[in-house]
Amino acid sequence: MAIDKNSTGYTFIFSIAMVVVVGTSLAFTALSLKDRQDANAADKKMMDILRAIGVSADRSNANDLFAEYVVERVAIDLEGRLVSAISDAVNPKDKSDPFSIDVKKDYRASIKSAVKAADGDELAMAKSLADADLTFPLFRCVNDANQNLFVIPVVGSGLWGPIWGYVALEEDMTTIFGANFDHKTETPGLGAEIKESFFTDKFKGKKLDVGGSALFSVLKGGALTDENSVDGITGGTITSKGVDEMINRTLKVYLRYFESQTQARI
Amino acid sequence: MSAETAAATAKKDSLFSKKNRKLLIDPLDDSNPITVQVLGICSALAITVQLQQAVIMSLSVLFVMIGGNVIVSLLRNMIPDRIRIIVQLVVVASLVIIVDQVLKAFQPDISEKLSVFVGLIITNCIIMGRLEAFALGNKPGPSFLDAIGNAMGYAWILLAVSIIREVFGSGAISLPGMGQVKFLPAEWFMSEGGFYENNNLMILPPMALITVGVIIWIQRSRNQSLIEEN
Repeated sequence: MAIDKNSTGYTFIFSIAMVVVVGTSLAFTALSLKDRQDANAADKKMMDILRAIGVSADRSNANDLFAEYVVERVAIDLEGRLVSAISDAVNPKDKSDPFSIDVKKDYRASIKSAVKAADGDELAMAKSLADADLTFPLFRCVNDANQNLFVIPVVGSGLWGPIWGYVALEEDMTTIFGANFDHKTETPGLGAEIKESFFTDKFKGKKLDVGGSALFSVLKGGALTDENSVDGITGGTITSKGVDEMINRTLKVYLRYFESQTQARI
Repeated sequence: MSAETAAATAKKDSLFSKKNRKLLIDPLDDSNPITVQVLGICSALAITVQLQQAVIMSLSVLFVMIGGNVIVSLLRNMIPDRIRIIVQLVVVASLVIIVDQVLKAFQPDISEKLSVFVGLIITNCIIMGRLEAFALGNKPGPSFLDAIGNAMGYAWILLAVSIIREVFGSGAISLPGMGQVKFLPAEWFMSEGGFYENNNLMILPPMALITVGVIIWIQRSRNQSLIEEN
């Protein structure tokens, strides 16, 4: 029996068979490689956190160095209340470990739309996030100089896609010890420069303006900066604004936690 | 495209007959996909800053090329004409996704550096071009050789450009698994009080274009048959 290769029926059957075969093989590949990819992502996260406190790690020693420098992993809620704290070895598979909190996913799922809808109105934003049941991870580290440091993951939006980073605060909880940023699709040479050290180095030693109108500002290129602000990237205005927004929004949550900590100590 | 018709008529040739050898060797020089056909230069320009990226990219393209050519060649009598481009695209896209996933699992750092360019192998004109022009009309054996030939033609340009750019731009050479090896003594560099400075222009995209241009120039001066008559 000769099959007409160009009949509509054959075309449909061919397409369906093709989709099934391709779908199965891709699903199989993705599933069988997932563990390795997750482990790589966890290593990368550890390297980024360590980089924020000035420790350079690579994939081979990220786990060991992380265990050495990061003494406690804390999860807090939107109000700044302590949810959980763990200090034993990281288990990326343990969903209750603050290390496993996927801040990028949380941002995508609920925070991003809330930020947009609230348009700067903090009360409205807090209201819309109140039932999202968000937790925020905090990494307490001790560096070689025996300083207590707090590493805070921040996530926001640049011009084309997500941007993220880690900000390390000193023990006084207002001085920035270090920061690093990364992005997915910002323009090379412009917004993409946020990951370069010439930009992140400017954050070192700056202070958060607790009680001021903004905790911290990334100013438009060329502006005069004081101890609560850094110079943004010329030509990368929207990415710089994104960095500004994510730092302010996220650190506010952590400041509530820090305040409650200081009060408890007094 | 004399190579194609030649291979199509050669039905019972051994795998390394003269015609089949031509399939392998032609794309390296006379019909090089980058320097003669000027296909797929987007990725060739973008990922040639370091040798190790170029090596990984070349291997990825080699894999996708061989897989795509052989699969499409095997299916050539079954693929409905009306949806053949879509079928080719699906085959290439699946192979690229597999490559991307494997890189993410085993070479995460390089995968990060190659970023979108692995995904963009899908749109690499060399691959679709070979599928449409060769694999669709030839048996798997010759298609396999044609894939290797073209991928190698792509690869050697990539490697040559990246070696030139990395040596002069970073004063180093990098291979997968070895990291970047700096072969010049550190005290030679101006920052250390020496006399040598890396040429940062080599790292910027325009130099890739110029380097490819120089390769084309050398190739044409050696191989006069490539020069078009006005």
